[in-house]
Amino acid sequence: MDTSIEAITATSELKARVESDQLIDYLLHLADNALILGHRNSEWCGHGPILELDIAITNIALDLIGQARHFYQYAAELINQPDVTNRKASPMGGGLEGATEDALAFLRDAKDFKNCLLVEQPNGDWGVTVMRQFFFSTWQYYLYQHLQNSNDKRIAAIAAKALKEVTYHVRWSSEWVIRLGRGTEESNAKMTNAVDVLNQYSGELFTPADYENVAVREGYGADLCTIKHLWVQKVKETFQDATLAFLLPSNDHILQLFGKIGEHTTHLYELLTEMQFLQRTYPGAQW
Amino acid sequence: MQVTDTHFQDKINADIKVEPKEWMPGKYRQTLIRQISQHAHSEIVGMLPEGAWITRAPSLKRKAILLAKVQDEAGHGLYLYSAAETLGITRDEMVEQLHSGKAKYSSIFNYPTLTWADIGAIGWLVDGAAIINQVPLCRTSYGPYARAMVRICREESFHQRQGFEILLTLSKGTQAQHDMAQDAINRWWWPSLMMFGPPDDDSPNTAQSMQWKIKRQSNDELRQKFVDICAEQVKALELTLPDDKLAWNETRGHYDFGEINWDEFYQVISGNGPCNKERMTARVKAWEDGAWVREAAMKEVIGQ
Ligand SMILES: [Fe+2]
Ligand SMILES: [Fe+2]
Repeated sequence: MDTSIEAITATSELKARVESDQLIDYLLHLADNALILGHRNSEWCGHGPILELDIAITNIALDLIGQARHFYQYAAELINQPDVTNRKASPMGGGLEGATEDALAFLRDAKDFKNCLLVEQPNGDWGVTVMRQFFFSTWQYYLYQHLQNSNDKRIAAIAAKALKEVTYHVRWSSEWVIRLGRGTEESNAKMTNAVDVLNQYSGELFTPADYENVAVREGYGADLCTIKHLWVQKVKETFQDATLAFLLPSNDHILQLFGKIGEHTTHLYELLTEMQFLQRTYPGAQW
Repeated sequence: MQVTDTHFQDKINADIKVEPKEWMPGKYRQTLIRQISQHAHSEIVGMLPEGAWITRAPSLKRKAILLAKVQDEAGHGLYLYSAAETLGITRDEMVEQLHSGKAKYSSIFNYPTLTWADIGAIGWLVDGAAIINQVPLCRTSYGPYARAMVRICREESFHQRQGFEILLTLSKGTQAQHDMAQDAINRWWWPSLMMFGPPDDDSPNTAQSMQWKIKRQSNDELRQKFVDICAEQVKALELTLPDDKLAWNETRGHYDFGEINWDEFYQVISGNGPCNKERMTARVKAWEDGAWVREAAMKEVIGQ
């Protein structure tokens, strides 16, 4: 882990914020997004359509898991502050003692995860995976661009470092959206289907949860309205190149769930059952 | 022996590397294609048993390390396919040979990964055996193969250490973890001894390969080296190897060890291992599912 990032500790001013738990929720939201998509991408490892793409999607998975670890570690430090008073909203669903990156990833229940529904969706075919990456990375790119100027120095440092990675993710995924959109009749149909499958989850990216509104108000978060505007522009341009029909971000997913506040599809429950099994089966063991 | 053949052998004897554009005996070329592609296939199929634990790794750090490791193996496959391509075969042709069963891959990967400890045992034993096999190949006579092996060996030694470290952590953990580690070693020990291939007096290709310096040490020599190393390292793990004949032999200066079940080895090679079908099904599925992606990408390369 990057020690320069870890060296930035919470100031007393931040501790005050922690008492509202909103900063912790915001960090968990950022971390969960990265972890869950990283996990999904890692499912491709060994099964990609070409060796080079197998390596590329694994790289992205590694980057995302690395980002998640930075955010979890920061969240854990804040949770472990001795003077945190409001413990009822514990993201651990109980005692707050000894939070770690692993406890946050492996011991929380699905209803405590704050990731967007988009990232928990199953990989589907390669087209869905690439499209999901493009939707998400484009969003994350503009988000981190804002966050690198966050008044929370630790968030700013994590975002600045991750931005280099995400820049590559956007380039890689947009190039593949274009290549596959333009490729063959079959690949164009696959990409059209991918938009169909995923578009219903794109609106949530821009629908703020309470902790995001607080984050903007306090100056450590990013305003989703600005990001939406930039996102639409980028996706529209890319789709034009890819000869794909652009659809505005929609919130019309059938279930009317809001992943950011812990309302998830069954896919996340299944994912966590698998991911958390060792930690749950052997409580307290070191690995 | 023809003049060119004699010349070629002189060059080999003088330890001058053979490079792609240079003349080489047809049999030398064929042997290399077989060996390098088999090696490449092993890297790729080898991603599957360990890949199965990426989504279940017990910590974020372990998940990242395992993911990077399996990705390294994909990279190894890539270098090796490229090295083989310099001999006049395409990657697609090699993949086709793998899927049709014409080309082999290391039979070790036909064993299942049942617990997390298997990830440790594979790193320690399987990557460990691979290193012993591959270090001499860094000096193999064919230039592109030798150079690929130098890069690969460097990464394999990381894998071996990471595997050892997983086992060490488990061994020092709870009783259940300790037992898990011992069980994994019990299952992986004998198959990893088989990774060095049949005994020397039953290994038809060895003599010619040694003369051409494709191979630089015999199967049994390498196997003995591996046993000697592991017999020592297992003590540090506070675990044991599942062989009651394992004993230090003062006169030989080596560990003696028990009889390998070669019947099992040939059974697994001929397709009757616990996971042969599963492995090939997974590879063929990935290849077929990816066909439309490769087609679309090719179209762009050709320029519509
Ligand atoms: Fe390898
Ligand atoms: Fe390896």
